Amino acid sequence: MNLKEFKAIISAKSNQSLEDLMLAARRETLKHFGRTIQLYSPLYLSNECVNSCTYCGFNRRSKIKRITLDIKQVEKEAQFLRKQGFQHILLLTGEDSSRVPVDYLENAIRTAKDLFVSVSIEVYPLREEDYSRLIAAGVDGLTIYQETYHLPTYHRVHPDGPKRDFKWRLGAPERAARAGMRKIGIGFLLGLYDWRDEALKLAEHLQSLLKNFWQAQFQISFPRINLPAGRQAPIEADFKVGYPVSDQEFIRLLCAFRLLFPQIGFTLSTRERAKLRDKIFPFGFTQMSAGSKTFPGAYSVGIKSGKQFEIADDRTPRQVVKALVKSGYEPVWKDWERSFA
Amino acid sequence: MKKDLLLIAKRKFTSRLLLGTGKFSSPSVMKEAIKNSGAEIVTVALRRIDLNNPKDHILSYIDPNKYLILPNTSGSKTAEEAVRLARISRAFGLPAWVKLEVTPDPRYLLPDPIETLRAAEILIREGFTVLPYINADPVLAKRLEELGCATIMPLGSPIGSAQGIRTKANLEIIIEQAKVPVVVDAGLGSPSHAAEAMEMGAAAVLVNTAIAAADDPAEMAAAFKLAVEAGRKAFLSGMIAASATASASSPLQL
Repeated sequence: MNLKEFKAIISAKSNQSLEDLMLAARRETLKHFGRTIQLYSPLYLSNECVNSCTYCGFNRRSKIKRITLDIKQVEKEAQFLRKQGFQHILLLTGEDSSRVPVDYLENAIRTAKDLFVSVSIEVYPLREEDYSRLIAAGVDGLTIYQETYHLPTYHRVHPDGPKRDFKWRLGAPERAARAGMRKIGIGFLLGLYDWRDEALKLAEHLQSLLKNFWQAQFQISFPRINLPAGRQAPIEADFKVGYPVSDQEFIRLLCAFRLLFPQIGFTLSTRERAKLRDKIFPFGFTQMSAGSKTFPGAYSVGIKSGKQFEIADDRTPRQVVKALVKSGYEPVWKDWERSFA
Repeated sequence: MKKDLLLIAKRKFTSRLLLGTGKFSSPSVMKEAIKNSGAEIVTVALRRIDLNNPKDHILSYIDPNKYLILPNTSGSKTAEEAVRLARISRAFGLPAWVKLEVTPDPRYLLPDPIETLRAAEILIREGFTVLPYINADPVLAKRLEELGCATIMPLGSPIGSAQGIRTKANLEIIIEQAKVPVVVDAGLGSPSHAAEAMEMGAAAVLVNTAIAAADDPAEMAAAFKLAVEAGRKAFLSGMIAASATASASSPLQL
């Protein structure tokens, strides 16, 4: 499939049936990934933030309890997740380079690396030399979403703070790849702008990265801002989803990406409800989080700090594993080696 | 009639079908497929097993007395990474055999000839039995054979692509020139692809995705077993050459 066909498939006027697309997408996913789903868990290190992203619970204007875990607390959280079986971990922060500097990230990565086979980060955009330092400390993956590729929308939802710099964020995957990051996950936040336009931009972004950094393992994700029925907003009281994406559209988007990028790993978020996750994962997803909590200290420290967003699938990892097995899929806890570095 | 055995590094095998263990829906489905395939050599990705955990489920489902467990270095991007992985695997008591995979491109998983050659050199020096996964490059095949590799494992087409044998012209040269067994690895999507490789004179084939991702992996494993046996028998029986035009049944009949 090429970009033109991709565009036709996701077009509002497309007459390609969703069922046919789903069958084709499942076939491609099976060929390249088999009947397996890799599991990972997020671990929030900090919710301190100097930005004011309108859709985010960590927005500096939010009156939430703010904390940054100390290294002992990071270790405690990590041990809790390791005991649940996780071998792949994703460390997350807000953006506050004075309270959560690169030195801190380096220490947190070292701590996590003692327990997990694979350590990824989802933090504010860094310089190439900082990515190099973190890679040396043991990180092998980076997730950084552009949130929206549409500049006017980007400026509207990021009214102030360092995140307002669109280009600096857009350049982060490239800087990380130059530094030698093994796995790089990109994506946009569904709901901020017209998803068809965003999908095309994401596809072009990925194609360009693949050409320039043929050795990096790129991944994509489709985080969707969900509003549970009867709820006004996930966390931010005055935030409204301007461009809601329906389940049908979400599946169409997923299948189109699978057909355009057959060998790229796709991540399924716990932002989606359990029932939908169980139904759609075979049509393109290759990894998912389970038992996720979106605030620092959530698993074992016992501090009720502020959340980044609401989780729609609150099943335990054990329950998620059970559902996967029931669908005829093998949950994969380990798919990496410490000696890759 | 003399038994037709596959000889790799002085070890004898009756089956000419090697199985990969990735992509299965569960260890029990994998076990059933291995059984039905008749395979005696099964390859296991070291990145997928937790050597610190003796109860790791992939390994606990494969009886090491019945099967040769062939650890592979999939995911390695450089010779150093592959060598490190092989050393760890041997230190944990897995066989000192290694299916050498060095694939710096994570999409098509095509093997890096330079890094593979470097890794093979080191591993052979360290006493490993090395089975390298390579592109269908006849010169590289000879270079690896000269280093002392136990087999050559050229690809039919990219891993998981199910495109079958797309490297035929080069595979024919590799098979013609090889003094070690040639195992066609990767890209075989159906039993007929496996039969084709065997008819060409490959010593064996390695299959994973086509079996693991089939609707019924156990039955598909049985189908591949038959295809490999059929292809082998055909090769040994002296096939008549394919011809583009019909020919009279007697050369004298004009």
